[in-house]
Amino acid sequence: MPLREDSSVPEQLVFAMEVTLNGLMAGVLYALVALGFVLIYKASGIFNYAQGVMALFAAMTLVGIMNGQVPFAHLINAIFGGHVTHFGWTVPSFVAIVLTIGVMVLLAWMVQHFVMRHLVGQEPIILFMATIGLAYLLEGVADLMWGSEIKTLDVGLPQGINLWIDETTFQIFDYGFFIDNLDIVATIIAALLVAGLVAFAQYTKQGRAMRAVADDHQAALSVGISLSFIWVLVWSVAGFVALVAGIMWGTKSGVQFSLSLIALKALPVLMLGGFTSIPGAIVGGLIIGVGEKLFEFLIGPMVGGATENWFAYVLALLFLVFRPQGLFGEKIIERV
Amino acid sequence: MKLKMTTLALGAVMAASPVMADLVFPSLSYRTGPYAAGGIPFADGYADYFTLVNERDGGIGGVKARVVECETGYNTEKGVECYESTKGEGALIYQPLSTGITYQLIPKVTADGIPLHTMGYGRTSAANGEVFSNVFNYPANYWDGASGIINYLLEANDGDLSGKKVSLLFHNSAYGKEPIRTLEELSKKHGFTLSTLPVDHPGQEQKSQWLQIRRDRPDFVIMWGWGVMNQVAVQEAANIRFPMDKFIGVWWSGAEHDVMPAGEKADGYKAVTFHGVGRDFPVFDDIQTHVVDKGLAAGAGDQIGNVLYNRGMYAAMLAVEAAKTAQELHGTAEITPAMMRDGMEALEMPEARMSALGMPLFGPAFNVSCENHGGPGLVGMTQWDASAKEWTLISDFAPSDREVIQPLIEADSLAYASENNIEPGC
Repeated sequence: MPLREDSSVPEQLVFAMEVTLNGLMAGVLYALVALGFVLIYKASGIFNYAQGVMALFAAMTLVGIMNGQVPFAHLINAIFGGHVTHFGWTVPSFVAIVLTIGVMVLLAWMVQHFVMRHLVGQEPIILFMATIGLAYLLEGVADLMWGSEIKTLDVGLPQGINLWIDETTFQIFDYGFFIDNLDIVATIIAALLVAGLVAFAQYTKQGRAMRAVADDHQAALSVGISLSFIWVLVWSVAGFVALVAGIMWGTKSGVQFSLSLIALKALPVLMLGGFTSIPGAIVGGLIIGVGEKLFEFLIGPMVGGATENWFAYVLALLFLVFRPQGLFGEKIIERV
Repeated sequence: MKLKMTTLALGAVMAASPVMADLVFPSLSYRTGPYAAGGIPFADGYADYFTLVNERDGGIGGVKARVVECETGYNTEKGVECYESTKGEGALIYQPLSTGITYQLIPKVTADGIPLHTMGYGRTSAANGEVFSNVFNYPANYWDGASGIINYLLEANDGDLSGKKVSLLFHNSAYGKEPIRTLEELSKKHGFTLSTLPVDHPGQEQKSQWLQIRRDRPDFVIMWGWGVMNQVAVQEAANIRFPMDKFIGVWWSGAEHDVMPAGEKADGYKAVTFHGVGRDFPVFDDIQTHVVDKGLAAGAGDQIGNVLYNRGMYAAMLAVEAAKTAQELHGTAEITPAMMRDGMEALEMPEARMSALGMPLFGPAFNVSCENHGGPGLVGMTQWDASAKEWTLISDFAPSDREVIQPLIEADSLAYASENNIEPGC
């Protein structure tokens, strides 16, 4: 609801409050993407450039399964002739999500088996380069498997203005705040995801093994932990996080190739929060979300707008001046 | 020895006999990357029309057309690389489907003598053929689009927009900024307030812009978007309950995939256009028979009738008609890029010709001349029907405000001429 004309509440103040709330919600979405990076970096020291493409791949696979699309249909038609496109059935979203998780686990195994296993002991930059290659490969495979057209993703998540918040804030501030129902759901899911990840890491055997590997590979190996298994596990969890991020972003814009660019939104979050901290990803996301939205609201009109993309990096760099390891990152001290 | 001599003689005879070379039409397409969803149907429509001409008519004037496709990824550097790598094949015309690539190619095509056709995109002032000898942007350009939208709003508001608020949501790029100058002039002329809201590439996150629209409560929102920016904008407009019939996009923001993700909530959204929509034209039956049914379609054949497929097909048709004109002008079927340029400059597309091609009332009738490479700038309005899942043309093709646009074209093109030491003239 618009600001009441006879309102005595300062309009810039209520607008700023609305912007802040929306910034927090956007920050949660950024954090969802950043989480995937953190998980893999923490466990294996690899900066996974392919994380954004994994979100794209997961979302495309989900929609493809839901719609009963024949994977690699273009390729099949080109080789064998014919016009197969769909199986003729649709799959309920819950079942499709479970099947997609299975695909992401398979992908994790393939990444470990065919790429990372052969690069054990290599410099981090080599591993990083390998993930760049993986990103391009995965994007091409996703294209071949499911096609390039934009797909509508509807897993039943609510979208649009939350009327309760609109009416409640109107009664308090004479102005109804806009909060998107999808952002609220994303916040709840992100909270559950983080709680689940923490519980997994703290209270399960595999989780503890994962932490042990993250702390010291050699020590973990010496007590019989399989590095190979742990890395498959970590890539699988990152794949699951990518699926969640893909669902959230794909619901907003449809599933399409630009989805892989959401990784760009995660980089300042990682710089700010630290590459090794799950809470850092969350807090970093919130700071970036609120910071960029408030800057756009307050300063944007003076400089022509469109400040969000670059201001997020400025904000992250400012933090780095004071804490080079990020807010929650591990301080590495190397003695010569 | 005898066999060797016979082989050599046969080879010499074959080399001496007249072999008709193909007419080469490069397609700088983008089937990958974040803008692929728009690039694919356009490229398919472009390729399928040339296939149709080859299969149905035996080519253009008896010479087969050959489409050389090069993937640009909507990336300007790659687009220039594609130009350099394909021009040697005897390329007759370039249509890069990117304003960024267009700006880079303008000096190159002018130096190489190859015509560039940027239909509904590119550098608007290239409509001045006295300065841009090798660049064409008929039948309409960005400024025609902006003016067409304002004309439509004027008509819907009894000719009066004074006191109204119009917001322009634009892709923060050379493309997105194109209409600003025209809209500023039109706002002075008609008394409406214009506010501009840039959206950075790729446009996945637009919360700030739509919160501002919700606060400002403009009467109308105009969108100059491309790629994911379009889908997100339509979704955000629905989220803040902005009336869809007051939300109008340029033709690059008005395809099926721009509105489908928002579902029923996108119903009523509008977009300006310079060509027909739907598949109710005889040419598509021909494409189905001669191209798709024979398994020769560039894609799966399921895009026929979609907005961007139609646009690609229309672009190819105009290239074919220009090639035919060039063949008639120069009396030879094997035309060169320079002859093709002459054909484009002498192109006449009356309604009778469109009907004969199976495209009655598909686009406005127009003629090109040396002075005017931009055509008449006739544009129409389309509206999305979410339940039928189709675009409908809801207005006739009407002229844009030449009184405002022509001086802007003059000023910008003459500035370019001055910067590049070009002596304007025909």
